[in-house]
Amino acid sequence: MTGPVATITREDPAAWEQVALVDILDRVLAAGVVITGDITLSIAGVDLVYISLQALVSSVRPGGPGPTRDDRR
Amino acid sequence: MADRTVGNGVWVYAVCSDLDEQNLRGPQGVDGEAPRVVRAADLSAVVGSVDLARFGEEGLRRDLNDLHRLEAIARAHHDVVDAAARHRPVVPTRLATVYEDDRGVRAMLQWHRDRLVAALRRVEGRQEWGVKAYGVRDDQRSSRPADPGDQAREGAGTAYLRRRQAALSSRETLRRSTIEGAEALYALLSALAVAARRHRPQDPHLSGDPRWMVLNAAYLLDNGRVEAFGTAVTRSATAHPELAVELTGPWPPYSFAVLDDAREES
Repeated sequence: MTGPVATITREDPAAWEQVALVDILDRVLAAGVVITGDITLSIAGVDLVYISLQALVSSVRPGGPGPTRDDRR
Repeated sequence: MADRTVGNGVWVYAVCSDLDEQNLRGPQGVDGEAPRVVRAADLSAVVGSVDLARFGEEGLRRDLNDLHRLEAIARAHHDVVDAAARHRPVVPTRLATVYEDDRGVRAMLQWHRDRLVAALRRVEGRQEWGVKAYGVRDDQRSSRPADPGDQAREGAGTAYLRRRQAALSSRETLRRSTIEGAEALYALLSALAVAARRHRPQDPHLSGDPRWMVLNAAYLLDNGRVEAFGTAVTRSATAHPELAVELTGPWPPYSFAVLDDAREES
């Protein structure tokens, strides 16, 4: 599709390959049915995963892309 | 009690009404395994056998905190869910749902049968699409050169303050109209969808996209309305030049896979 909207669809495998990790994380970590597993209930709890993500964000921050690059100047 | 760090566990990707294992050929699972199907109560769970040294509680705790491992696991999980979703309506399970053995998976299918069936019915013949909107910054406005006449009359200090104030208020106006634009977009598109849901705006540090995300929404659409939805997204993006809009999909219905009574907010 051309025009003002950037469209990434599954029917375009090359573009879909690049689908941002964050888009996937939004869905696999914060959505999907929560069913009690034998083993990983405590791990699968949203909070814990979000804590993990917070840790990730801060670990990514120093070298990562984003506004911090400007802040450091 | 069984040692939960030795041997194999069973990772669950999704549940569907009935799926031929042939349809899962292709993607590798989170542990590089071939995904398979476990059946009970007229339902099929899409699962994989995983090594508990890595996919037990301890291993997961470690790996979910490692961005590269998390990425590999999330993408593999998604690929298997997506493969199943191309053939059958699916209810994806949240990342890291692990059982000790197939018996545990069958018990889960039996125990939750009615609610899983209801969840499957809600997503049948439907697709999830994502719409993200970013605020388009208007940097020119805040750096507009001053009128030299002003400076002469008021003195440089006053003129500076005046300019600064004007810049701030125009930025505030832009910020507000951007938020209002995103709200209008969300509402307009919601009217075309069976259901709508908002995810948190993505952290620029994770997404690598420094733009200000104003909207991170997911829509559940009837298959027949996907094209009209795409047209509406394009039309509203044109009507809202203050927003940069991105459309992604179709996704398996992650954002709308909910078991009744187990409703929970993220």
